[in-house]
Amino acid sequence: MIGSPDVVAFTKEDEYGQANPDPWALPEEFSVPLHPLADSNPWAKTSYAKFTKDFILISEFSEQVGPQPLLTIPDDPKVCGTFDLNYFSLRIMSVDYQASFVGHPPGSGYPRLSFVEDSRVVLGDSKEGAFAYVHHLTLYDLEARGFVRPFCMAYVAADERKIMLQFQELSLRFSQASECLKAGNRRAFAKELRRKLQDLEYTHSVLQREEGLQREAGPQCMYSAHAVEKANELANVEKSIYEHRDLLRQISCYHRRPRRDPHAVTCQKCMTECLSECEELLDKYVKLANPFGYSEKEEEGQGHLDDEGGDEEAYEDDDEGVKRRPSYTPQLIKAKSAKCFDKRLKTLQELCDETFYEATLELLKETERSFRGDLCYLHTRRLDKALRRKQRVANFLFEEDLGDDDEDEVETLRPFCAVNHAIDGYILLNPPPIVLGPEPLELDVLEPPDPLDPASEMSHTQESELGLGESHLESSPSDQTLETQESSEETKGSFSSDKSGVGQSEKQQSLTSMKSEAPDPDSDLTPDPDHNTDLERESSSEEMETTAGDDEGDNGGDQTPVSLLEMVSELQASKEDECGGGNESDLLVPIDTACCMAQEGFLYEASAPDAMPCLLQSSHPQPSPTLVVNQEPQALLPLQDDYTVGSPCSESPATGLELPVGQLGDAVSRTSVEDGSDCTMSASTGSDRAASPLGYGRVVTLCQRKKAGHGALRFVRQYPFAMQALWCLLSGRTLVVLGADEGRVRRLVAALALFVPAPGKCGERVQAWLSCPFTLTDLQRWKLIGLQRVASPVGSSMLYSLSRYSRYISILDADQKTLRCPPYRGRLLANIADHRTYIRRGSTYFLHIQSTLCHLAAKAFLFTFTHHLHLPVSSTEGPEVVEGRRRCFLQEQLGLGEEDSQILLYLSQLITQQYLQPAAGSSAAAPCFSFNYTTSVLYKI
Amino acid sequence: MLRWILGGREAQSSVEKSPVLCIGEEQPKNWFTELQVLKGHFDIVRFLVQIDDFRCASAGDDGLVLVWNIETGERLQELRGHSQQITAITTFTCNNEVTWHTLLITASSDRSLSLWDPDTGNRVQIISDLQSSVKCLLVLERLCLWVSGGEELCLWNKDFQLQCHRQNHSDTGITALIELPKNCIAAAMDKEIVIYRLTVSDSSVSVAEIRRLSDHQDQIRALINISDGLFASGSHAGELVLWDAIDWNILAYEHILWEESQANTQTEIRLGAPKPSEMSIQHLTTNGKLILAAVGSGLYVYNVQTKAVVAYRKVAHDSNVLHTMLLSDSELMSCSEDGSVRIWEIQDLPLPAEPASPGFFGMWNFSRSNKQSGPPSKKVMDIPNIRMLELTGDLIGHSGAVQMFVSFKENGLVTCSTDHLLILWKNGERQSHLRSLALFQKLEKKGGL
Repeated sequence: MIGSPDVVAFTKEDEYGQANPDPWALPEEFSVPLHPLADSNPWAKTSYAKFTKDFILISEFSEQVGPQPLLTIPDDPKVCGTFDLNYFSLRIMSVDYQASFVGHPPGSGYPRLSFVEDSRVVLGDSKEGAFAYVHHLTLYDLEARGFVRPFCMAYVAADERKIMLQFQELSLRFSQASECLKAGNRRAFAKELRRKLQDLEYTHSVLQREEGLQREAGPQCMYSAHAVEKANELANVEKSIYEHRDLLRQISCYHRRPRRDPHAVTCQKCMTECLSECEELLDKYVKLANPFGYSEKEEEGQGHLDDEGGDEEAYEDDDEGVKRRPSYTPQLIKAKSAKCFDKRLKTLQELCDETFYEATLELLKETERSFRGDLCYLHTRRLDKALRRKQRVANFLFEEDLGDDDEDEVETLRPFCAVNHAIDGYILLNPPPIVLGPEPLELDVLEPPDPLDPASEMSHTQESELGLGESHLESSPSDQTLETQESSEETKGSFSSDKSGVGQSEKQQSLTSMKSEAPDPDSDLTPDPDHNTDLERESSSEEMETTAGDDEGDNGGDQTPVSLLEMVSELQASKEDECGGGNESDLLVPIDTACCMAQEGFLYEASAPDAMPCLLQSSHPQPSPTLVVNQEPQALLPLQDDYTVGSPCSESPATGLELPVGQLGDAVSRTSVEDGSDCTMSASTGSDRAASPLGYGRVVTLCQRKKAGHGALRFVRQYPFAMQALWCLLSGRTLVVLGADEGRVRRLVAALALFVPAPGKCGERVQAWLSCPFTLTDLQRWKLIGLQRVASPVGSSMLYSLSRYSRYISILDADQKTLRCPPYRGRLLANIADHRTYIRRGSTYFLHIQSTLCHLAAKAFLFTFTHHLHLPVSSTEGPEVVEGRRRCFLQEQLGLGEEDSQILLYLSQLITQQYLQPAAGSSAAAPCFSFNYTTSVLYKI
Repeated sequence: MLRWILGGREAQSSVEKSPVLCIGEEQPKNWFTELQVLKGHFDIVRFLVQIDDFRCASAGDDGLVLVWNIETGERLQELRGHSQQITAITTFTCNNEVTWHTLLITASSDRSLSLWDPDTGNRVQIISDLQSSVKCLLVLERLCLWVSGGEELCLWNKDFQLQCHRQNHSDTGITALIELPKNCIAAAMDKEIVIYRLTVSDSSVSVAEIRRLSDHQDQIRALINISDGLFASGSHAGELVLWDAIDWNILAYEHILWEESQANTQTEIRLGAPKPSEMSIQHLTTNGKLILAAVGSGLYVYNVQTKAVVAYRKVAHDSNVLHTMLLSDSELMSCSEDGSVRIWEIQDLPLPAEPASPGFFGMWNFSRSNKQSGPPSKKVMDIPNIRMLELTGDLIGHSGAVQMFVSFKENGLVTCSTDHLLILWKNGERQSHLRSLALFQKLEKKGGL
């Protein structure tokens, strides 16, 4: 079946955990592949895959029909395209990697449950272009052969390397999912056993009575065939009871088994629950001494319900919980079991407790989400995170928030439980109430909150935002160079893509379906855009006809039906963005993708949506119900990159909230008056915060970065005094952007927000639009304020507050294009605020800024934690000596002038405050607001 | 400098009639480079009391008394109990035990008096249902007694038991109380200063009025002790009287009339009829050698020894000065209804040869016509020893009148205001040093990052 070369040599079942024998070797995650794509066309590997993006497949080796796929995640039939799931299931399930032993082991009278560790294996199907991390597990089913049902969960991707390199992580996550399933399965199995035992005992009692009656009837028929049969039957039932009791015992001591699998740490709570339940059962059934445990009246007839219905009902009853146990009616067990192929096998859902099943699905969905993106992207992100995690002291300054990283770390460390993990996480925060109640009821009560809930809520807002975008995006600024415009549009396109591409697609489906399924944006990578358009037109008119798996894949004409819902909104946005952009297809010269890769690296992703809008424009003025797109197989990787960005962050509700925010902010920054009118004040309201621009804390995705970088770049190029403005922000002087036009002010604020140090997780230090006079507390709270200039009494009082607090602020007048701030003569910022910079692209500029700011943060870190710069070395030293040393360090060693030193001092102050914060614990104390008395000068354009 | 932004501002125009004093943004001598806004009050904050080196209590019209740690800016306690505005607050240190314990006495318009423990926030004692609300409090630590003044004068012991009680016949009641030698106290009552003598016998204390000093022409606004043998009072009409504390004779009488110095320049007076409050002595403060009087919106520094004016500035603030303080012999501070706190330095005049140079009164008066610089130069000739008040810094932060401030020396300065806020002004460099210290301590404790 599977040729041996296809089994990738990664079956680390036994020697798992010894993966890193050399402790001094660079950890896997830090090692950068030197020539990752050296050998060939980077897209070549994926060219055969018939699915468009990675998915998770759950299959079963059914004893009736053999290997069969059960479900995929995302649960969308189009995800796997023409990929043959049945065939693939066959392949991944065809070998029993778990090598389970089933049945009666020699020397034991009873059938044994096989306690099989999960196996992890990487399989490949080079012909299909599919590679999979396959996680085999067995679940217990009383009715199944050997009581086991083999299942497997597979992460299917087109890129083998991706799977190989993410093996550990995949293994961890799938183990968690598997443990969750198995925990649920054990509970269900125990319940099933209990029912079975009840049935058996009932049967036993009935048989005994019958036998007794017979015995009463007369000794003459003592040895009749009938009596013998009855006796045998009774013996069988008894044996069966013993067997089942033994099974119950086995399942209840499951947890005592030593686990070889390091990932197989189960939640203590679930364990306790399950255990106590099992023991309860054991206690109950251990005494067969009283075979007439069931009262006579129960036998009287109720026992003969319809088999199917009774079973169903009993099952349901049972699921309700233990408290309703008495309501279960035992049934007579027929002597002969049903034929193997007659009986209906339990579904996966039935095999596992409902709660656990749902939790597992959530877990897998999350897994799928977090593995979106190509290897390069995942790798750099992980590298980035790992590095930043070590920089906690200073990375709050300019780095984006690590989000749920803490949680991640905790998750890997503590016993994981998908069912209770929400609760557990809660407990971590608020230690006291840990109730290890054995009542299964608790489970139902403490259902984990659906992580996707905020997302589903959000889909509405997103929808409205999209609508909003429609109204605004026509007015794309015309003062841009062609180049910059292009990049801005890219940004916009992919911007929305990551917003929606975070796995809300399932929930969004209904919404998006209204909006039509738009074509795959990477079609622009095909050599001939025109041809492309034609094809697309064709295909769209033919609706779904092309879906049936044309196999022209090799020559690039593979018309795989693409239904990436994620793409839809993106395209919506980009399309709307792109009015009159038809001529831009000229830009889309046939692209040598490899070349592009070389130039742009993994940031390349977004040139894809560039082209789409115009294509759409030309072919579909109205969104049509279903589009099928001509998809270049080679485009797969950038495509994936496109829909992946920032996905792991999206799970946390907070980030989930943030993402569309960027969209809104974006739309708003494009001169949206209607939107802005309702958020004139009260920065604390959600809507207002939503409209606030992206600071580092908010820049989650590549595209947002690009967007932000582009805004900043434009500012720098537009204003000759940009350097002074940046200096104000970096040295902690509040910058007020004053203007009458909200759009312009917001745009400026958005552009400048990148330079606000320690902007907070949600950009709390930035207030994009304020239309009332501010107070000193506001100055303390916000470091960048967009202020409305109004010609009214309100305006005069606002101007009064401006002049009153003028010593604390710098004022950037957006209307008159002036900046009033202390003079800056330093050279440090000339690098990033070069009026005549040659950088043209937002993403490049973003990286440029980031590197510069990183550098600054590193210096500030050094400065902050260098003892002798702050404190005397010996007792004889006075403060002047320390002061002198500090100045010397700043000026001579770091080469910073007076004003540049102020930046460093401010950053250092922030680091100090941040470092001291937890220890001081003085949340009650107001934050400090430092300033200095210097004269300001007025800069004009 | 600010023209471009102040452009069409009407609010400023009224102020601009009077000479606006503006130091500008460069203030090298102003070391308050860090501030913390302390929120907690819901109404005007009128009183600040220093409890010890790092704590201070604030009280105001919301009836709340808040205890603050001025090192961290934390609110330590919230003393709730008064239903109406607080009219007086003072510290009460009882050292009869081994421990030295500072308590707070507050008086409120709800006609109650409370004794608070600022450490625990407990209300230790309470006296309610007074006949009238108390306007001022005086603690006689030596006698372990305290006095409340309002329409009646009450003497209490440390256990809040009424020792003696004396009805007044004045409408205004007692507005200020000071302690004088020989068990005497002086109470300011409208235009008079009444001297009471306390007779302390074994079990009881009695109060007897022994003298009424009715030399003031107008209501007495301020009454302070200068030294053991001297006290001073200031009236609404600008009279500053120096009294002998033992035989209660007038030692000096200074009538501060801004017009006096400007008598020669009649144009000035015609500019606007001076309101009575323009020369009202709102506040007096002293360091034993100098008396600083807040006169209207101006400041007046008087030397006790030479009994002569040392320096003065008629317009020190845009509005009435509410509180002043002498930081040292040459530095003083004032706060005003205009919402600012200003730091002044008493400087020697430049050479008399160039009295009218712009450097004389600083750049802020530069825009005024030449005759404005006239009066001081004349004054120079009148009083040869006069020095000048040079503005060295101002603290802007409050959006309402700054009612009071308390200085904690190098630890900072607390201001309270009608905008319900307190602001803690600190030396940024010192704070940064302290933070560094804390940082390295924590680093050491944690044994690394």
